[in-house]
Amino acid sequence: MIHQQQSKPSSVDWLILIIYYLFVVVGLLCIYASVYKETNPLIYDNTMNYGKQLMWIGISSFIGLLILLLDDKFFYAFAYPIYGLTILLLLAVFVFGTEINGSSSWIRVGGFQIQPAEFVKFSTALALAKFLSGYNINFKQFNVKAIVAAMILLPMLIILLQNETGSALVFVAFSLVLYREGLPGWILLLGVSLIFLSVIALLVQPLYIVISLVVIGIILLALVQRTKLMILLTVSIIALSSLYVSSIDYVFQKVLQPHQKSRINVLLGKEMDLKGAGYNVQQSKIAIGSGGVLGKGFLQGTQNKFRFVPEQSTDFIFCTIGEEYGFIGSTVFVILYLLLMWRILFLAERQRNKFNRIYGYSVVSVLFFHFMVNVGMTLGLMPVIGIPLPFFSYGGSALLSFTLLLFIFIRLDANRVNELRGGE
Amino acid sequence: MDNSYKSKILFAVFLIIGITYLSRLFYLQIWDESYIRYAQNNVLQEQTIYPARGLIYDRNGELLVYNDAIYDLSVIPEQVKDLDTVAFCEVLAISKEDFLARFQKIKKQKGYVPYRPSVFEKQLTIPTYARFQEMLFDFKGFYVEVRTDRKYKHSNAAHIMGYIGEVSEKMIEKSNGYYRMGDFIGISGVERSYENDLGGVKGIRYLLVDSKSRAQGRYKNGEFDTAAIAGKNIKLSIDYKLQELGEQLIQNKIGSIVAIEPATGEILALISSPSYDPNLLIGRDRGKNFAALSNDLTKPLFNRPLAAPYPPGSIFKVIMSLVGQQEKVLFPSTSYGCYGGFNAGGLHVGCHAHNSPLALRGGIAISCNAYFCNVYRSLVNNQHYKKTELAYKEFYRHVTSFGLGHKLGVDLFGEGGGFVPTAEYYDKIYGRYRWQALTTISLGIGQGELGITPLQMANATAVVANRGYFMTPHIVKKINNRDNSKAEFKTKHWCSVDTSYFQIVIDGMEDVVNHGTAYIARIPGIAICGKTGTAQNPHGKDHSVFFAFAPKDNPKIAIAVVIENAGFGATWAAPIASLMIEEYLTRKHDTRIELVERLVKADLIHKIKNDSSTTIKTKQR
Repeated sequence: MIHQQQSKPSSVDWLILIIYYLFVVVGLLCIYASVYKETNPLIYDNTMNYGKQLMWIGISSFIGLLILLLDDKFFYAFAYPIYGLTILLLLAVFVFGTEINGSSSWIRVGGFQIQPAEFVKFSTALALAKFLSGYNINFKQFNVKAIVAAMILLPMLIILLQNETGSALVFVAFSLVLYREGLPGWILLLGVSLIFLSVIALLVQPLYIVISLVVIGIILLALVQRTKLMILLTVSIIALSSLYVSSIDYVFQKVLQPHQKSRINVLLGKEMDLKGAGYNVQQSKIAIGSGGVLGKGFLQGTQNKFRFVPEQSTDFIFCTIGEEYGFIGSTVFVILYLLLMWRILFLAERQRNKFNRIYGYSVVSVLFFHFMVNVGMTLGLMPVIGIPLPFFSYGGSALLSFTLLLFIFIRLDANRVNELRGGE
Repeated sequence: MDNSYKSKILFAVFLIIGITYLSRLFYLQIWDESYIRYAQNNVLQEQTIYPARGLIYDRNGELLVYNDAIYDLSVIPEQVKDLDTVAFCEVLAISKEDFLARFQKIKKQKGYVPYRPSVFEKQLTIPTYARFQEMLFDFKGFYVEVRTDRKYKHSNAAHIMGYIGEVSEKMIEKSNGYYRMGDFIGISGVERSYENDLGGVKGIRYLLVDSKSRAQGRYKNGEFDTAAIAGKNIKLSIDYKLQELGEQLIQNKIGSIVAIEPATGEILALISSPSYDPNLLIGRDRGKNFAALSNDLTKPLFNRPLAAPYPPGSIFKVIMSLVGQQEKVLFPSTSYGCYGGFNAGGLHVGCHAHNSPLALRGGIAISCNAYFCNVYRSLVNNQHYKKTELAYKEFYRHVTSFGLGHKLGVDLFGEGGGFVPTAEYYDKIYGRYRWQALTTISLGIGQGELGITPLQMANATAVVANRGYFMTPHIVKKINNRDNSKAEFKTKHWCSVDTSYFQIVIDGMEDVVNHGTAYIARIPGIAICGKTGTAQNPHGKDHSVFFAFAPKDNPKIAIAVVIENAGFGATWAAPIASLMIEEYLTRKHDTRIELVERLVKADLIHKIKNDSSTTIKTKQR
């Protein structure tokens, strides 16, 4: 099935590679802008964020090159050991963990700190791809589902125990992979609907929701053919949704403690917490909103420069793009991200073997989840969940892990091209 | 099973999210412009530049008020690190408990932010400030902020200059936000009435600040900054030497002295006693001292010359003489007999022993009560008018044309109007048509309901000195070296008595000093025209009153002196006025050293205080 051929540089996907370097370089400029001071315009300083990031870009590029030079069978063969190793690293945090910035998910190795949670993403993707691409594996079987669930939930649970809710939530992204591999769409739809209804239930009075649901139902029934089944289905969905919304509201009003209510209200933006999450989002919106059409220009973003935006070089790095490059820059950014995701999706679908395809879907799912949550958070559309923006955010572990994630796919994809050539 | 169609669904989801975010970006960055303003509010800090307040000089260029730097100690709590509390407390001379209590107080303040400065100690003394400067490096997080406060070069003229204080909330509202909490503003005196000139215009400097309010540079290189405009310097019409002498002479007595240059209406001296040192109302003890002055029973904060109405007593006879002539009921030759006073219809107004009968000039010089009771009767019961009421109204018109019974419009805060009873006033008391001259006879000798402020007395003297007009009295001569341009101060206000009637009265007033009741005020070589008054009042001993102008021809000074509860006008008021005139005209006040000493040493306040039958309250209406 797999041909014994080495990839050549010409067969790697240049589009992905170009976008990757574009992102990494712009990210570096944004990190530089966020620590820049007019009084002290340093070019290179490896004690500063941007200096370290530059170093990590170098390390990542080197490791990326190594990956491209490796035999593609390596990843298939070592998928489980890599997965096991990263899980062990993750567990090691409980023993050797160091606390950095209030987070205890770090391990200090020599002069570096690494965050194992970042690396479990690509290893889980590898393991998942290997397991699901195995012979006689049918996703419909219950034990297959159970093993897949365990593979995803194990790292998620350990990370949750380390209080890294954001990183743990990323593993939800693998449900998109499972959807492609046979998980029925209605399960995802149900999940999304439940989250949507829960949020709506807390924002709007249940009565209004029930009324709008009924109105939507009536419009729907007016548009489609009214079979008995259709009517029954619509009525029962409306009834169940109404019941769910009411119970959510009841739990919120009667069961939760005031401080828990407050925390949820802040998350939903109903309450303004000017010292915590609410402040961050407000400042983030101000920074992005003040960018205007063209932006304030490189190093001219006052909100970032003068530290109004929190975590400006890590989780809120998109603020710098928004403020300094404006609507034009932000649009280019979103389009490039969509282009990258489309390219990976397109290539994944074209893979001849299941392992490559599943791995490709894992890559795009993880990237999409990060993009959606991170950018959505800075725009005030998503709750404040601290996860980095891939390739942009400051942080060695994150950059390296996303590089591994992406470059393994580039390597696998390069082989597909060879396969095609070999087949001719 | 081919699931490849699902890639399209997934990409559709990606697209939906992408388009949603682009819409949101459009809304934030292009549609809603408020974020640009929020961003500016974040980084722009308006820094107020306070202008120097205008200086105040006397008419001869003597500096009276200037500005003095004061040092407030501020703390940025977040920046306080490794503080040597013991050393710190020692420099400030406070206890450790006090230190902790202050920090607690700062933290409880409304709008407390740990990274913004809060005032820890207001107005450090200079020695403390000096020690602090040396050690500031050791006290991280503490800063000294420099502001300016007033400083008064002399301890005199407190009532003229007034004082400044922190602006009230009402004032802030009224100023449309120009004033801010903690700004200094004139509260009384010239400081108040010329606030717009003295205060200058505040400047604004826009600074870029970071999220912790630390300055990061100028906004657009200062393009939008405005410079502060310094307050204008003011030259008062006050003659400081004269003011100082007056305050010395009147010390330990309750009363007022007002001196005016008749030709211009410029106030040469304005003295209210008891007074206070204006330097009490600046600096860190301002509040404490203000409370003490407010509670003082002798009311040192009360501006008597402007606001306290007194019955003028016999000095009113001068005005009676003029009005009588104008109404043609009195002629220089008119003579009345006096037999121990005025007797009519069972009414008796006493008079002292003197030759009788007297003509007008003699009546003024001797200050005969009977004479002026007769003048008053002939005025009010004037057959020329059909009714007493109409005759009285005419009398009222004449009297008030001398600037009595209403505010003159002096450029100082707190002026009172005094009181001249109207016909309606008497109608109310006695009923319509039920009163006539004899009912209100005491008015004729300056008693009764009449209330005249010392400023009005001096102004009336100026009318006589000018032979018929006055200029509105004012205290500011020049603003930034340009004449006080208010039209009001440049207009002659003619009284209703013709100039021709003045000469005989002025001759009578000269006699008063040369060989009449105020002989004590005589100065060889200077023709002084004056009139004494001994004003009865219901609150105790008579007020000693004197008004005069000099020289007789081309007068340079018109002066009124009132000493409360002191007795005869000739005893206290006349010699004080005489010394003041001498000082102003000859720059000497040492020719009668014994007289000066007697006046300076006289302590009438404590004498009054020991006399339980009298109160020191000023009569006010």
